[in-house]
Amino acid sequence: MTRMGIGKGVLLGLLVLALGLAPLASAAGLDYFVGIATRILIFGLAALSLNLILGFGGMVSFGHAAFFGTGAYVVGILSHHATLGEPLITWPVTIGGTESALIAWPLAMLVSALLALVIGLLSLRTSGLYFIMITLAFAQMLYFFAVSLEAYGGDDGLSLWSRSSLGPLDLSDDTQFYYLVLALVLLFLYLKHRLVNARFGVALQGMRDNERRMAAIGFPILRYKLAAFVIAGAVAGLAGALIANQTEFVSPAFLDWPRSGEFLVIVILGGMGTLHGPLIGALAFLLLEEFLSDWTEHWMIVLGPLLVLVVLFARQGLWGLMAGTNRDEGAGTRA
Amino acid sequence: MLLLFEQLLNGLQLGVMLFLLAAGLTLVLGIMNLVNLAHGSLYMVGAFIAATVARLSGSFLLGLIVALPATALVGMLVEVIALRRLYDRDHLDQVLATFGLILFFNELTRIIWGPRALFLDVPSWLSGTVEVIPGAPYPAYRLAIIVVGIGAALFLYLLSTRSRLGMLIRAGASNREMVSALGINIRLLYTLVFGIGAMLAALAGVMAGPIYAVEVGMGEGILILTFVVIVIGGIGSTRGALVGAILVGLVDTLGRAFLPTLFKLFMAPAMADGVGASLASMAIYILMAGVLIWRPQGLFPPHG
Repeated sequence: MTRMGIGKGVLLGLLVLALGLAPLASAAGLDYFVGIATRILIFGLAALSLNLILGFGGMVSFGHAAFFGTGAYVVGILSHHATLGEPLITWPVTIGGTESALIAWPLAMLVSALLALVIGLLSLRTSGLYFIMITLAFAQMLYFFAVSLEAYGGDDGLSLWSRSSLGPLDLSDDTQFYYLVLALVLLFLYLKHRLVNARFGVALQGMRDNERRMAAIGFPILRYKLAAFVIAGAVAGLAGALIANQTEFVSPAFLDWPRSGEFLVIVILGGMGTLHGPLIGALAFLLLEEFLSDWTEHWMIVLGPLLVLVVLFARQGLWGLMAGTNRDEGAGTRA
Repeated sequence: MLLLFEQLLNGLQLGVMLFLLAAGLTLVLGIMNLVNLAHGSLYMVGAFIAATVARLSGSFLLGLIVALPATALVGMLVEVIALRRLYDRDHLDQVLATFGLILFFNELTRIIWGPRALFLDVPSWLSGTVEVIPGAPYPAYRLAIIVVGIGAALFLYLLSTRSRLGMLIRAGASNREMVSALGINIRLLYTLVFGIGAMLAALAGVMAGPIYAVEVGMGEGILILTFVVIVIGGIGSTRGALVGAILVGLVDTLGRAFLPTLFKLFMAPAMADGVGASLASMAIYILMAGVLIWRPQGLFPPHG
């Protein structure tokens, strides 16, 4: 079996496991595992979206949590108003809150996308190190904005009364919610696969590898990069909407910068610029976190040095180790 | 008017502290091309060491004297063990590895000192007030911070322009191979530069101790402010770090002090407080965005 074959085998096994997780877990009496798996998928979705700009676009965004948290807040605020029965705004038109997923989730994506448009437009004027720091600073700005939202709990965050409603589905049922999240992740995986192999995706990777040459051929660099940045923001917003539903709680911590760092870690751990890598990374990272925090309350003292070691010695990520792709063909950033 | 004067001094004091951190960070960035997120951890380590020594000995000054070389030593150790291997890597690798170092340092501090915040008292000989202009008493300690900060800026300037070490550092920044071919141990030089940066961070941390709490995670908030300073000033420029730091210190302090009052002129008080406060906390980021639109490379882009 070739190494590529091993990677495919692992993926297929994981897919089967993911599809059959709920009955398996309940048969084994490990119902809580469905919740963990949902969380892994949600973080995986956020990491997949980050990988679009990081791995395929070469843009090292250290502020991805901004879009994740914004998505969560949109769902949280709409649900808060629906529970209180107070309109969200009364002027110029009256708009009330809602718990409908069909309204709240696309709206979460839309608001995150608009935000990504503004942040992207400003940040993409710069590159390299400036870009890293600016995306970080903008995310922190939103974090402080969320902290100052006294009406929505400020620092303490906001508890939701219930999860969103979606047609005949009962999202408060963990199993149904899990399968919905799984379906969304698989859908995005497919779309991302189509996207990176389309003209748009190939051009984006070209810009990652040699921006000047792509500009010389006549590609509008900023427009392509901005489009990718906005798509990534929107999908991160969806992931945020999902996490708000899962935890039934939103707080500024969703936007805080360690979260952005975690997303970066997940992408690198899984394999930057690979299609499935970020999902594997999310699986490994969250399981590691679960396992280490069970073992000692000071689990971060292990995680920190582990991160340094991964960066120093396992740059191609877990997917790279399994599939045998090395980082030069898989990805590369010129930060 | 007196309030404005007091807030101006407060802004200057924050700016000076930011400069101490930004100078170290931008030194390491400009010379070794290393993004060190763990710079804030050194600030924290410095404050914790000083607080402990001061509590045991009862002397703030002794705490300061011990904390500076101790933190420099910690910084140089980290450089030799981990960061040295990251100089040739891209910035993403450096961000991730130093992010890991932050987690490590925060947790280590929590294990050694516990989760509760420590307190570092203002030394008695600086606990009074000084009337800088008649009728406006200002805390002597905060004034001392400004003086120490200006002293540190002067020291850095003299070090880099008048000393042999400074000359080597500048030469190493522009051509690493050449300096090393002339028989200078460039690795040792880098370690020394890192130590100087760590010492400046510790100095900021110790001085911040009596004003803000000495607690785990104290380094991160100020680290991000420092990034804003560096982006505004221009990466690798010490002059830019100074101007950026003062600018950020003033905008942040004056914004927090006066924006809510300003909004009360044309808004309901409760709403003005809310809007003013949130706008004040975002003011420096808006400033940064403005500077970037105007000059994407910062105010003082390093040449070359």
